[in-house]
Amino acid sequence: MTTLKERYYAVADGVRKAEAGRQKWAQGLRGRWQSIPKPVRLLAGLAGVVLLFALPNIAIPGIPFRTDEIPNGIGFSFVLSTIAIYVLVAVGLNVVVGMAGLLDLGYIGFYAVGAYTVAIFGSPDSIVATKYPWLICVPIAIALTMVSGVILGTPTLRLRGDYLAIVTLGFGEIIRLVAVNLRVTNGQRGIPSVPAPDEAHVDWNVFGWFRIKFDFDLDIFTPMDARPYYWLALVLIIVVILAVRSMERSRVGRSWLAIREDEDAASIMGVESFKFKLWAFAIGAAIGGLSGALFATRNVFVNSGNFNLLLSVMFVAAIVLGGQGNILGVVLGTVIVFYLPERFRFLSTKRELVFGLALIVIMVLRPQGLWPSRRRARELQDRKLEAKEAAAGA
Amino acid sequence: MNYFSDRWHDLLPNLGDLVVAGLTQGAIYALIALGYTLVYGVLQLINFAHSEVFLVGTYASIIVWGWIGYAAGDGNPVPALGTVILLLGAGTIAASLVSGGTAVLIERVAYAPLRRKNAPRLIFLITAIGASVAISELVGELTNRRPWGVPLLVEPKTQFVIDPGMSINPAPVTNLQIGIVLSAIVMWFLLDTFLNRSRFGLGIRAVAQNEDTAALMGVNKDRVIMLTFLLGGLAAGVAATLYNLKIGTISFNIGFLLGLKAFTAAVLGGIGNLRGALVGGLVLGLVENLGAGFFGNKWIDVVAFVILVIVLMFRPTGILGDSLGRARA
Repeated sequence: MTTLKERYYAVADGVRKAEAGRQKWAQGLRGRWQSIPKPVRLLAGLAGVVLLFALPNIAIPGIPFRTDEIPNGIGFSFVLSTIAIYVLVAVGLNVVVGMAGLLDLGYIGFYAVGAYTVAIFGSPDSIVATKYPWLICVPIAIALTMVSGVILGTPTLRLRGDYLAIVTLGFGEIIRLVAVNLRVTNGQRGIPSVPAPDEAHVDWNVFGWFRIKFDFDLDIFTPMDARPYYWLALVLIIVVILAVRSMERSRVGRSWLAIREDEDAASIMGVESFKFKLWAFAIGAAIGGLSGALFATRNVFVNSGNFNLLLSVMFVAAIVLGGQGNILGVVLGTVIVFYLPERFRFLSTKRELVFGLALIVIMVLRPQGLWPSRRRARELQDRKLEAKEAAAGA
Repeated sequence: MNYFSDRWHDLLPNLGDLVVAGLTQGAIYALIALGYTLVYGVLQLINFAHSEVFLVGTYASIIVWGWIGYAAGDGNPVPALGTVILLLGAGTIAASLVSGGTAVLIERVAYAPLRRKNAPRLIFLITAIGASVAISELVGELTNRRPWGVPLLVEPKTQFVIDPGMSINPAPVTNLQIGIVLSAIVMWFLLDTFLNRSRFGLGIRAVAQNEDTAALMGVNKDRVIMLTFLLGGLAAGVAATLYNLKIGTISFNIGFLLGLKAFTAAVLGGIGNLRGALVGGLVLGLVENLGAGFFGNKWIDVVAFVILVIVLMFRPTGILGDSLGRARA
């Protein structure tokens, strides 16, 4: 006859061992990758990047991964450029959701602000008609989205968890409805002829002192061919990922981590939680604005139909599915969420149904996501153990 | 200045109509909000899929009316009073059962496994989104994405006219509008009584206050949670039937916006608090209609969300503010 206490420890021990065994396989894979010498790893990474750049021109007979190889498929490079833009969005949202642990369901609002800024300041057909080149619109877009991030964040970041989620959801919807109703944004009819990244038609007289005149169009970026947009997006993704990674490993990143795991404890240890949360919001917003700017020029045309809330929710779903906090996991999740529906177009309208069900199944089986960050996975493992031990003890 | 005085002159004559319309709309928000608030009160979980619980209810009541022999556009005259009561009863029961069943199903499939794993709340939100998308798309597939009409069961008849005088136009109030607002109040009263007087209600309040202690006192937590979802579903079913009567056409994608508004209502009144859901729903309906009258109809949803943001900024606990666990416990 064992005592209750002994039985409790025996059960808890068994649970721990089973969990450890289950983790071993994934850790083995990661360990093997880490044990490869660094130059080889770098080379392999480089090869991967080259492959990504070549992707629009690759076709493998027998493996129809291109979306234009199926009936009614959309051009593969167009799909790729869309996915690349969405990956950029997801990397930005990951700063807010995955790193700082703030649930932002209205991230699409920042994306919309970025896209509309470029369209309004760049297009000759908007009311403002300043006709700034794209390269000048982008910093304006980033600055405006950062400001809107701070404006939204200042009052709301004092709220916790779910409330923040709902306020941001409201914010995303307000931005969309304003875009539908205002004259500047021109609602459903939208703003056409957004400038391409490689054209400029400028004739400025700066204070009457000197004159700046540019009038060129390199015609690399055209509506006919989406590949240059895809390549541009890839470059931006790589730059942003490198920047975010170095931020993650800095003081700022460690503060985010502390806030995410336990905000009260972090505050007590001297982390200025509000300040760093606001930073996360502003940086995330800036990346959202950048991707919006890219989207506007790729699409040439921006209207309110591009920014519905479901898309915003999909971004969060993509991040959590891939494994929040881990940038590569996030990229994986986004590619899955936005590529598979294009590839499996023959499921036509049923694909969203399948998507919804898949979301439930995957999250129930793997709440940590498909490819989580190690730390996140461990946090979840802890919670699971606590639950099991509590059940065993009860 | 001119802008505002012009707007004011647009608003003033319609004030009575707007109030009546706002309260009616608000009653439907309130009924849906009851479901959000119940689940939140017990689990601190935003049941994002609750909008779809409402959605299946709207279809269920129309299907049952069709079985009885009243379909949209078949030229049937408006039925006599006895038949109407029978039809409404059958429709409400069907909608409530289907909505309640769906709510419990969502709980079992999408939430219960995660609860056992003690997953963070964000994960619940994602499965809820999955369930919401799946149900709405399933309904869309089954109905070929075409909107459905609702048979005319109740002829809107003016019962009395509110005439406040001054420069405000007299506002007629129809039987339908009275019925909708009364139903919301009755439903709230029933739920409130159930929670505060019955044994099951005691269990729900106990779990809301402290699940572990409640479990130690012999409350079956799983059963209480299922019951909570069921109750929310029942209220959503009533809302669905009334919505059918009021709007007259439904489609598979009406859930999202309505659910968001109802959640706003729940937060506005104080989430986790049944009375708050009722008050929040009515206030939201009222304010958004008045706002629409002032700024123009196209701004109606913006008004609603701006209210949500403002409330959360200045009074995150809502108008009434206390939670299910603490309310008269």
